[in-house]
Formats: sequence, C-alpha cells, structure tokens
Amino acid sequence: MTSSDEVTTPAPAMKKPTREKVYRHTRVVRATHWINAICLFFLVASGAQIFNAFPALHWGKKGFGYDNVFVSMRAEAVDGHARGITRIGSLKLDTTGLFGLSANNGQMENRAFPNWITIPSWRDLAAGRRWHFFFAWIFVISGLVYLTHGFSSRHFARDLAPTKEELKPQHLWHEIVDHAQLKFPKGEAAKRYNALQKLAYGGAVFILLPLMLLTGLTMSPGFNAVAPILLDLFGGRQSARTLHFISAFLIVAFVFVHLAMVVLSGLVNNVRSMITGQYEIEPERQGP
Amino acid sequence: MIIRPSRRGLLIGAAAALAGCDQLQQNKSVTDFIRIGEGLNKSAQRMFLSEQPLAREFTPSDLSPVFRANGSTMPQGDEYAAHMRGQFQNWRLAIDGMVARPATYSLDQLRAMTARTQITRHDCVEGWSAIGQWTGVPLWSLLAQARVAPGARFAVFHCADVMGDGAAYYESIDLFDAVHPQTILAYELNGNPLPVANGAPLRLRVERQLGYKQAKYVQAVELVNSLAKFGGGRGGYWEDRGYEWYAGL
Repeated sequence: MTSSDEVTTPAPAMKKPTREKVYRHTRVVRATHWINAICLFFLVASGAQIFNAFPALHWGKKGFGYDNVFVSMRAEAVDGHARGITRIGSLKLDTTGLFGLSANNGQMENRAFPNWITIPSWRDLAAGRRWHFFFAWIFVISGLVYLTHGFSSRHFARDLAPTKEELKPQHLWHEIVDHAQLKFPKGEAAKRYNALQKLAYGGAVFILLPLMLLTGLTMSPGFNAVAPILLDLFGGRQSARTLHFISAFLIVAFVFVHLAMVVLSGLVNNVRSMITGQYEIEPERQGP
Repeated sequence: MIIRPSRRGLLIGAAAALAGCDQLQQNKSVTDFIRIGEGLNKSAQRMFLSEQPLAREFTPSDLSPVFRANGSTMPQGDEYAAHMRGQFQNWRLAIDGMVARPATYSLDQLRAMTARTQITRHDCVEGWSAIGQWTGVPLWSLLAQARVAPGARFAVFHCADVMGDGAAYYESIDLFDAVHPQTILAYELNGNPLPVANGAPLRLRVERQLGYKQAKYVQAVELVNSLAKFGGGRGGYWEDRGYEWYAGL
C-alpha cells in the first residue's frame, strides 16, 4: 500500500495482479465529510428533542394546537387506553413504543420521539436548542469551506455535474437496474461517480442541506426581520418548520441509503477512501 | 445478509453515542462551551439587524382565531385579584433604576399617550405561532421621558406573576431592542383590553424575539447596567433555567 497522495499509482505487473488505486477524495472533502457526519448526528438528535416540545406540524403563517395539523405524534386515548398515534394528513398510525408513547426507564411516557433518539435523552428543550445551534454553526462553517473548495477546485464541475448522456432516461434506468442487482461499476467506470451518485450527492449538497439551513433561519423571528422574503418563499413560519422537518427526514433517508451503499459496494475500500483518500479500483473481469 | 449485523452495529453505536451525550449533558464545562452557539446567534443577528428593520406586520385576515395563552394565565395572590376586581384602575407602571426622572403611570395615563398598533406573529420557543394585534405605548417614548442615564444597558421587566417554583417572572432586553419602534408595552389585544390570560393589564412586545421574552403582567421597568443581581443572574426567568437570553432564533 502506498502512502503517497499522488494520483493513480499504476499497478506493477505481477503474477497476482494488485489493484490499481486512485486518489479519490481531497483532504478538504474528507475533513468536511466527517465534520458534516458528526454535525448531522447531533442536529438530528437535538432536532428530535426540539420537535418533542411541540410534536405537531402546521402549514402557513401560524398554527398551534392539534386541530388542523399536517403531522402529529402524540399519545391519544384509544378504547380507553393510551396509544402512541402518529397522524400524517388523514393517515392514522399506531406507533406505540416508538412515536407518541414510548418506554423511558420502564415507564411509558408521552413523548413524540423516544428517549434513545433525542439529545438529551430526557426532556430538556433548552439543552436541545443549545446542542442544535452549536452544531448548526459548525455545519454552516464546514459547509462553506466545502462549497468554496468544491467550486474553486472545479470538483463540482468535474465530479458532481452529470453529463447530458448520463441524464438520458435509458442511461438512468440502466444504472437503476444495475444498482438494484448490486452490480457496481468496475475498472475505468469506477474511477468516477455514476449518474445516480451524482444526482444523490448533488441533491443533498445543493438542495437538501441549503433547504435545511434556510427553513431553519425562517423560523427565527430575528432573521425574519432581516430577510422577510424567506417567509414568502416558504409560505410562512409554520410551513418553514414543516419543510425543515421534511428535509431532515429526507437527509436521514439519504444517510441510510448512503450507508447501505457504502457497505454493499465495499465497506473497507469506501471508508478507507474517505479517510486516506485512496480508493481501490476493482479491475474489469477479463475472459471467463 | 451482509447488511444485518452492520446495521445492528450501527444502531448500537448510535445508542452508545447518545448515552455518551447524556454524560456530556452532566458536564458543566461542556454545556457552557456549547453556549458559543448562542453567542454566535446573537452576534450574527445583531450584525444583520444593525439598521433596525421591522418585524413583519400582518393583516387582520391573518389573525389567529384564538390567541393562545401560555405560561402564567392567572397570577396568584390577593393583590392581583384586587387589581382584577378594580379593572386595573390602581395598577401602576414604574420606570426606574438608571434614569434621571423615575416615573409611575396609571393605565389611563398610558392610554392617553401616543399609541402604536401592530399585527405581529408570536413565536413560542416550543415551535408554535399565533398572530395577534397589539396596541400599546412604545417603550422608547417612556424611556425618553425618563431620560436613561449614561451606562444603562438593559431594561428589566418586573412582573406580577409568580411561577410554580416560587420565583417571580422577570425578563430583560438591551437598549438596542428597547428603543426599537415595535417594542411596546401593550394594553390591548385584537382591539380589546388585554385579557388576564395574555398578561393584563400590560405586557411587553419585543417582536424580533421568541415568546418567553414577551413578559406579561408588567409592573416595573428598571434600567440597569448589569443583570447579575436579578434572579439567577441570566436576565430572565427562563434564561435562569437554561434558555438563551437573546431569543432571536
């Protein structure tokens, strides 16, 4: 294994072919990736704590109470017994044990998210907010470093922007089928992101994460006075709160798919490439 | 299935990490350290707010059907009960502390002053919002009459409600927010005298901050140069219990 950060160390010709390594991730990308991962962990868990203080989502400028809600997660009486009920629109789900009503130190407790998801585990909105804002700032600073680097080094243009060819429906469908069959690119094709990766990463970087930040800022009465346009953009503070929650949900979904793909397409190789930068290319199979 | 053990491992790892977080919660130097976020929130917002923009004002069609009352909705004690019976005719608002001309005002005197009416959104720290129409006296005009002494930095609001743990409610803002045109001591909500549940007879509206800053049942505004001597020293009832003093977010 080479310790050099040089691009593409060709494999020496040997009896047993060693695999080619490429320098896949720059230092800035690796550092901000892990900082971002830590931030998201704390932001989601503290965000769940904050949501628990008022476990309902509304649409529009104003909203409170449990009437006319878009989403709610709370204990409701069903046949005389408390059940954890999650409502999404007209959908009503019994989520006892997970959402709305869950065990805490052996006792069932009326809380939207269970104690093993929230920071802190007990109910403390003030502490949840402190963690949330602390990591929000690190996330923003790290994100700005990443974006500056991505544009100035042409990393985005070179590696993340999909080509016209890649965006053609047949091509995308082909990739979807390959992914579903867990067939991952090899050889030359493995040296760059495939179209689905580009769309997923690009969507997270340029749509979901900025949406997260902007909807968060729109919940700030102080920032509303600075940029009231955000209120119009998102349809009001309560809509922004709902969108903040939906985009958090999508980011969590992204992370789960991302982790699954990391595992399925070569856990060690993937994790190493995000630590040292070195990514091993599996050669395309020659012959039988 | 390759993924199963690692997913379980992941969940165990996440649970362990959260348990570790609970340990961090107990550590005062950690909880003090992460207050950096609060400081940055304040600095960043104050930088953008330097031109003193107004909070958004809404139209009557935006009003909440019922303006939710939260926190204290009925101050305890004979004194407040007597004020209620007398329709707050004997209620007095004191402006004192670091001012050249301390004064007290009756509600009639306050009503006779130039008023400001604004339809604004009230945002609770819990996450909900309600829109109401407030009418009251701009705080800046009271401070101008009282002539704030040099060195005064904060306005502390002393309230008539005592919370469940026996501590009196109080709040504070700095002069930056105190002189903002939308910072008023409101005596009307939606065109009617302020209901008891919403802070009768007088409550603070400081529109670019969260609900717990909107002190109800205000009896006195004290101008000071430090918040250290009040309550737990953090500038408000909820601030003493961990919430941010600058509640703009």
